[in-house]
Amino acid sequence: MLDEQKFSKITKEREKWEKTTVPSWLRRNPERKKEFKTTSAIDIKRLYTPEDMKNLDYLRNLGFPGQFPFTRGLHATMYRGRLWTMRQFSGFGTAEQTNKRFRYLLKEGETGLSVAFDYPTIMGRDSDDHVSRGEVGICGVAVSSLKDMEILFEGIPLDKVTTSMTINGPAAMLLAMYIAIGDKQGLPRGKLGGTTQNDMLKEFYAQKLCIFPPRPSVKLVVDIIEYCAKHLHKWNPVSISGYHIREAGSNAVQELAFTLADGITYVESTLERGLKVDDFAPRLSFFFAAHNNFFEEIAKFRAARRLWAKIMKERFKAKDPRSLWMRMHVQTSGCTLTAQQPVNNVVRVALQSLAAVLGGTQSLHTNSLDETLALPSEEAVTVALRTQQIIAHESGVTDTVDPLAGSYCAEALTDEMEEKAMKYIDKIDDMGGVVPAIENGFLQKEIADSAYKYQQEIDDKERILVGVNDYTVDEDWVPLEILRIAPDIEAEQLARLQKVKRERNNARVKEVLDKLHDATDRNENLMPTIIEAVKSYATLGEITNVLRNVFGEYRELIVI
Amino acid sequence: MVSERRIRVVVAKPGLDSHDRGAKIVARAFRDAGMEVIYTGLRQTPEQIVETALQEDVDVIALSILSGAHLALFPRIMELLKQKELDDVLVFAGGIIPKEDVPNLKKIGITKVFGPGTRTETLVKFVLENVHRRK
Repeated sequence: MLDEQKFSKITKEREKWEKTTVPSWLRRNPERKKEFKTTSAIDIKRLYTPEDMKNLDYLRNLGFPGQFPFTRGLHATMYRGRLWTMRQFSGFGTAEQTNKRFRYLLKEGETGLSVAFDYPTIMGRDSDDHVSRGEVGICGVAVSSLKDMEILFEGIPLDKVTTSMTINGPAAMLLAMYIAIGDKQGLPRGKLGGTTQNDMLKEFYAQKLCIFPPRPSVKLVVDIIEYCAKHLHKWNPVSISGYHIREAGSNAVQELAFTLADGITYVESTLERGLKVDDFAPRLSFFFAAHNNFFEEIAKFRAARRLWAKIMKERFKAKDPRSLWMRMHVQTSGCTLTAQQPVNNVVRVALQSLAAVLGGTQSLHTNSLDETLALPSEEAVTVALRTQQIIAHESGVTDTVDPLAGSYCAEALTDEMEEKAMKYIDKIDDMGGVVPAIENGFLQKEIADSAYKYQQEIDDKERILVGVNDYTVDEDWVPLEILRIAPDIEAEQLARLQKVKRERNNARVKEVLDKLHDATDRNENLMPTIIEAVKSYATLGEITNVLRNVFGEYRELIVI
Repeated sequence: MVSERRIRVVVAKPGLDSHDRGAKIVARAFRDAGMEVIYTGLRQTPEQIVETALQEDVDVIALSILSGAHLALFPRIMELLKQKELDDVLVFAGGIIPKEDVPNLKKIGITKVFGPGTRTETLVKFVLENVHRRK
């Protein structure tokens, strides 16, 4: 910290500059806009100076990487040691096709797998369910039974990769299938590394892929957290996700605040189950978006780490340093990609990824340039992966830890993100937590309002999107070959599902589904029984239906 | 003097996907433009959408889909509309729909397909110019 005398000198000089240099320059060179704001409506000042860091206590607010409050990074040497995990979300068509894509990406230098499931799977429906018509294998890979999962991971030793599964409502079933494959490969369960997204709270107000009502949904989340704390020590049972909150239209502050509020709810619910905070908190993981506003995003990541560390230490009295770690995965923001002049998306993704890296992420997905049009082609996904590799190996930003620390602007924004997010968290606490804030529509309304405002800014050209509301062309100059899912996928998948149902021991399936029904009724941890069920080749839909019968189905609260 | 009936629009989300950001923005934009808007919520079957259109006596159906199932679901919606004698309702769509699918959708009566990046004003203008008021 600078002393008072130095500050007053800087203040005096700054005021002088504002009275002399600035006005004389502005007379001939007016600024482009009346005001400069981030997406969260934070005012960006013309100039940040040491005055903006006047209250910054280096040791208390920043500290050293690997130490509380982790503003400068989770690990002492960050990317000088291990780079972030390059993890491309992928899945389409049948299990065979996705398995091929997985192997391709691993060959090209990807370091972790990330599975995209199709909509029926995400909704706990089998491929042969009537609502699955036209959706099988379209937006992800179809998994109806353990058989599909076995094909999906064929030839991939599960102790050599970590796998992230973007699955929420049926997370327990898909994790059970992964465990079953690990068992078949002869691996101790403690060796399985990866993540189930398993963050149901954000589903109710952001991503909206809900099966059961909020309260039983949270119970299932806690079942997985508890099971993993006891048996899967290397598994992240939940990935507390701001990504979908942002994609649904929130701004950066809301994304940060609502994500942490969800995290608080999971911690409280797991404590209520009787676990000790340090027994499960080290494995809680997070997931954020990297949107367009470069400095706001970097500030968001830094503030997120600091805020979570404080919450865990002060609110939940965690003792294990790893309980204070906010380990995060980041995905570049899908909603910023444009269908117009899609090649420009490569540049957007590069900037967003750079923000994520400067923000200190542990894992990164880069979107492909064609993702506003379809699932990525092999060519497009390769460019996306190469973008990460270029940042990692060519840009030099990975050679020092948290290089933006001490930037007047970056630190001022980091403080402001934290302060504004904390206000929202207090407000949600006052409502009684996230579940009441979902039930009364508060979170849905906040997001819808921000989304509408953002669109109006684009419509009014207050916000310029290159190729969309400015710099437009009549015809895109680079035609893209997009990936199309062959229509015979559905038939192929249905045939496999029929074969599974024909060849399995149906009496055993019935027995284990009845057992699951009883366990659900008795409010037991359902993981062990679900593992038994998937091993008997009970289908995803059959298992989900058992739970649906007990828990009921969620009916969307419509908030426009 | 009899005031003219406001244009009635149903904004509908067929398919299993949950991308409702666009649909909700469009619903608000139509409402702000003075139309009566019914938003169906997510994951509506073709039967449910047509039933809503019938019950609410709408002039316009705006379909939003991003799951890729449009070729499976839209023909069914159009077929049901015909059965219910609702073929004078203006039907258009938005979302992620590949260009090469558009001619086929036009053939079955989807008047227009809007892609990402469309201004809300463009949609309002389109409805005003193309709506056939139902009696």
